[in-house]
Amino acid sequence: MYDVAIIGAGVTGCAIARELSRWALDILVLEREEDVCCGTSKANSAIIHAGYDAKPGSRKARFNVEGNAMMDTLARELDFPFVRNGSLVLCFDEAQLPKLQALAERGRQNGVPGLRIVTGPEMKALEPALSDQVKALLYCPTGGIVCPFLMTVALAENAFVNGAGFRFHTTVTGLSPCTEQTGWQLVTKEGERFEARCVVNAAGVYADAIHNLVCPDRLSITPRRGEYQLLDKKAGNLVSHTLFQLPGKMGKGVLVTPTVHGNLLVGPTAENLSDKEAVNTTAEGLSEVMEKGSLSVPSLPYNMTITSFAGLRASEAGGDFVIGEANGAPGFFDCAGIESPGLSSAPAIGRYLAEQIAARLGAAPRENFQPCRKGIPCVAQASPEQLRALLSEDASYGTVVCRCETVTEGEIRNAIRRPLGARSLDGVKRRVRAGMGRCQAGFCSPRVMELLEQELGLDPLSVSKHGKGSELLAGRTREENP
Amino acid sequence: METKNLICICCPLGCSLSVTLKNGEVTAVSGNSCPRGADYGRREATHPTRTVTSTVRVTGGTLPVVSVKTSADIPKAKIGSVIEAIRRLSVPAPVHIGDVLLKNAAGTQADIVATKNIEVSEHA
Amino acid sequence: MKKIYDVIVIGGGPAGLAAAVAVRQQPDTDVLILERDSELGGILNQCIHNGFGLHTFREELTGPEYAARFIRQAQELKIPCKLRTMVLDLSRTPEGLLLVTAMNREDGLVQLPARAVILAMGCRERPRGALNLPGFRPAGIYTAGTAQRLVNMEGLLPGKEVVILGSGDIGLIMARRMTLEGARVKAVAELMPYSGGLQRNIVQCLEDFDIPLKLSHTVVDIQGKDRVTAVTLAQVGPERKPIPGTEETIPCDTLLLSCGLIPENELSSRLGVDLSPVTGGPQVNESLETSVPGVFACGNVLHVHDLVDYVSEEAARAGAQAAAYAREQGNASLPSAAVPAVPLIPAGGVRYTVPQLVRPARMEDTLPVRFRAGRVFENCLLSVWADDVCILRQPKRKLAPGEMQQFNLKKSALPADLKAITVKVEEA
Repeated sequence: MYDVAIIGAGVTGCAIARELSRWALDILVLEREEDVCCGTSKANSAIIHAGYDAKPGSRKARFNVEGNAMMDTLARELDFPFVRNGSLVLCFDEAQLPKLQALAERGRQNGVPGLRIVTGPEMKALEPALSDQVKALLYCPTGGIVCPFLMTVALAENAFVNGAGFRFHTTVTGLSPCTEQTGWQLVTKEGERFEARCVVNAAGVYADAIHNLVCPDRLSITPRRGEYQLLDKKAGNLVSHTLFQLPGKMGKGVLVTPTVHGNLLVGPTAENLSDKEAVNTTAEGLSEVMEKGSLSVPSLPYNMTITSFAGLRASEAGGDFVIGEANGAPGFFDCAGIESPGLSSAPAIGRYLAEQIAARLGAAPRENFQPCRKGIPCVAQASPEQLRALLSEDASYGTVVCRCETVTEGEIRNAIRRPLGARSLDGVKRRVRAGMGRCQAGFCSPRVMELLEQELGLDPLSVSKHGKGSELLAGRTREENP
Repeated sequence: METKNLICICCPLGCSLSVTLKNGEVTAVSGNSCPRGADYGRREATHPTRTVTSTVRVTGGTLPVVSVKTSADIPKAKIGSVIEAIRRLSVPAPVHIGDVLLKNAAGTQADIVATKNIEVSEHA
Repeated sequence: MKKIYDVIVIGGGPAGLAAAVAVRQQPDTDVLILERDSELGGILNQCIHNGFGLHTFREELTGPEYAARFIRQAQELKIPCKLRTMVLDLSRTPEGLLLVTAMNREDGLVQLPARAVILAMGCRERPRGALNLPGFRPAGIYTAGTAQRLVNMEGLLPGKEVVILGSGDIGLIMARRMTLEGARVKAVAELMPYSGGLQRNIVQCLEDFDIPLKLSHTVVDIQGKDRVTAVTLAQVGPERKPIPGTEETIPCDTLLLSCGLIPENELSSRLGVDLSPVTGGPQVNESLETSVPGVFACGNVLHVHDLVDYVSEEAARAGAQAAAYAREQGNASLPSAAVPAVPLIPAGGVRYTVPQLVRPARMEDTLPVRFRAGRVFENCLLSVWADDVCILRQPKRKLAPGEMQQFNLKKSALPADLKAITVKVEEA
C-alpha cells in the first residue's frame, strides 16, 4: 500500500508530488501518457499570472498570488527558465476604462503588488510595438513567463529523486475504498491494481470522471479549447511584456507574449467542447488568433509562424478550482478544474495539498530531502567559457543535432538518460528543444530517432513521436535478412 | 488508327503531343514545337523507357543502403520486375560508384550500378 | 600567430564544394570547408534520382554521383574540410577580418579568422506550422526531404498510405520513390492551379504510376491523435481559400509536405547581411558579394535553384570572386573602396533578379543574371533597360515561376552614367 497515489503527471500532479516528497511518504504518480506534461500542461500560454484576474476570495485568486510569489525560489532551486517580464492589460475603448480600474482594484484586493494604470506616451515607451488604438493599460510588474515543459519536468525529476515513483501508460479507470483497511484501491485500464492511503485527483480534463467515481456531489469539467500560434525567434523581440486584452466587445481577447526561449506566442481562442481529446487546431481558430493578436500589435508577422497548437483547459462548472479533501471520501483529495491560472497556481496548490495530506497521514519530514535539481546544460545559451568547460567534460556537447535551436548530441543523450528521461521525440523536444525551431524537426528528427534507438536500445521501428501508437516509421525498405 | 495524347517532357514548354499510330507504327506526331518533341512522342508512344533508381541493401557499411541506377534506360513495362530484382539484392560494404551489383537485371540487358560510395563501418 | 584562411566556405553541399574548388584553383589561395553533416555533398546524397549534370558534365547523373565528382575534385586539390562542424556565429574582428565561430566534437569551440567567407548553407523546407494546416499533430507528417533522407539513406519507410501536399519536384520524386518502395500514394495536392515541378517529373513520377495530381487543392484537416489516420483535402478558389462543400477525406497514415524551400540565412542575418524579402537570400552584387564586404553567397542560400548545374556555375563564380577579394585584402595597394553600384530592378512580371546590384566597373564582359517570373506568361518578351534605353529584348515562348530564367548582361551595353537597370516581361 502506497501512502499517496497521485492521478495525473501534469504540472499540478508533479507539483504535489514534489511538495509531498518533502515528507517521508511512499508516493506513486500514475499517468496515462508516456511522459509527464502531456495534457493541458504542455499546451497553454506559459504565463505566470500576476493574480489580478480572479475574484477576490476565490481559490484561483489565493493560489495564483501565492504561486506567483513562490516562482523565483522554485525556478532557482529546480533550474528552469522563468522571467518576470511584467504583463500589460490593454484597454482599447475609453468607455471600458472603469473596467480596467476595477481590474486594478481587484488585483489590489488579491494582494498583487505594483499594479499601475498607464496612459499616454508611457504606453509606447513600455512597449513600442503597441497598437495606437490602446487607450490605457494596466501594468502588472509581477507577471511572468515560464517554460511549462521544463517546469513540470523539473518538479517531476525532483520528486523522483526524493523517492516518488512514476508509472506511465497507466490510466486509472476504477477507484473504490479498500475493504480490509482505510485507503483506496485504484484499478487501471491496463489491468493493474494499486492501493494507497490517500489519493490525489490531478487528472486534468478527466478529473470530474475520477471524482465522480467516489463522490456523491458531482463535478463537471468542460474542455475549453485554446488555439495558439508560435512565431519564429526572429519575431521574439517584437514585444517584451505579456500583452493581454481587456475583455470587451470582441470577447475575451488573446494575448501576445514573448516566451522564455525567445519566440513569440499568440493566442488562445476559447471554445467549449464536449470531446476531451480534441486538441486539433481549426482554420477558424487560427484565423481568430491572428485577427485578435493584431489588435494588440498590428505589426505581428504571421508569415513567421513556425507552428500552431491547441490545448484544452479543464473548466469546472463552479468556475473555481476544486481543491482539498472531497466530501464523503476521506483521504481522497481533489485538484480539479485547474484551468487558468493553473500553471501559476501549481506551486502553491502543491504546497497546500501536500501539507494537508502530510497532516492527515501524520507524516514526518523526509530526511535528506534534496530541494535542488540541476537542469540539462543548454549549449545555445552557454557562454564560451561554460561551453569549453562542458566540452572538456563530454565532447558530445560539440555535435550539433538540431541546427535551428543549436541542440547538441550531449544535451539529447542527457535528456534521455536522466531520471524520468525522454522516451520519444516529443519527450526530447520538450526537454531540450530539439525540433522546436523553425524547421520543426525536418533536419534533426532522423538523428534524434537514432539517439533514442541507441540510448534506449530500441528498434528503429518502435521509436515514437509521443508513445505507443505514434510510431514514426512503417517499416524498412529492405529487410534485415533478405 | 489510334491516337495517344502525351505531354512532351523535353523542355519546360510542355507541348501537348498527339501521336497517331496505325498497327503499332507511328504515322504522325502533332503539337510539337521542335524535332526533339516529335522524337520523344514517337518513342514514348511505341516503346517508352525509363532509368530506374533505387537502393540496395548493404551489410557492414556506414549506411544500410546504397543508391543504385540502371546502367541504361529500360522498358517502362519492366520497372516492376527491375525493382523486384533490386529489392532482393544485398551486397557487403565497401561499395563504390560504378560497381555493378547485378548484371542484366530482369532480362533488360541493363545492369544495376552503384551510384554512391559506402565504406565499411567501424562499428559493424 | 593564428592561421588566417583566405576563404572559409560554410557548407559542403554542391554550392560549397564548387565554390571551394574555384577558390583553390586560384594561385596561392587557401580555403577551408565547414560542413555540419558527416559527409560532403549535402542534399545531393539523398537525391538518388537521375537528371543532374546535363549542363555541367554533359551526361545524366544521379545526385550522389554528381556530388562525388565535386568531392573528388576537392580531394585532388587537397582542400581541407571539417565535417560534423556547426558554424555558430559569424562576426568581424577589430582588424577587419571575418571570424567564424564553429564547434565540433574533435576541436570543441573554435574561432577561425578569414579574409573572405562564402555562404553556402543551402535551404530548408517549409514545415507544417508555417503552412498553418489545421488539425491534430500526430506522427506521420514529414517534409518530403526528411522522408527522402529516411528512405534513400537510412533504408526506412515513413509510411504506407501517403498523401502529398505540394507538387514541387521533391514532392513528385517522393511520390515515385514511396510507390517503388511499396507504399500507396493516394494523391498529390497542389494549392496553385499549376504544378511547381518539372513536366518530366509529372509524367514519370505521377502519370507512370497513376497517381492523381489535384491542382487548386489544399489540406484542410489532419486527423489522428497518435498517427495520421486521414487527411481532408478541399478545392481552393481564386483567392486560394478552401471552397466549402468540396472536402474529400482520404484515409492515410502519412502526409508529406513539399511546399517550398527557404534559404537558411540565420547566420547571415547575425552578421548584418541584408536579405531580399523576395528570395529570402542575401542581396548580392555582380561578384555575388553580399552587403557585408568579403562575404559572398551562392547556391540555395542565395536563392532557391531548380537545377544543381546552375548552383555549381554560380558557386564557381562566387569562389573566384572571394579568392580575388582575399588577394586584394592581402595586397593593400588595391583599395577596395566603394565602387559605384546600380540596382537591377525587377518590374512587370519579374519577381526578382540575382544579382540585385551591379558595379559596372567590376563587371566582366558578360554577367549572367538569373530571374523568376511572378506568374505564367506565354509568348512574351523579356526586356532589359539601362535607364530608359532598351538594351536587350528576347522573345520567350513560356515563362513560369517554377523555371528559373537567365539572360546575359553585356558590359558594353551599359552607358557611363547609368542609374538603374530594369528587367521586365512584356506581353504581346
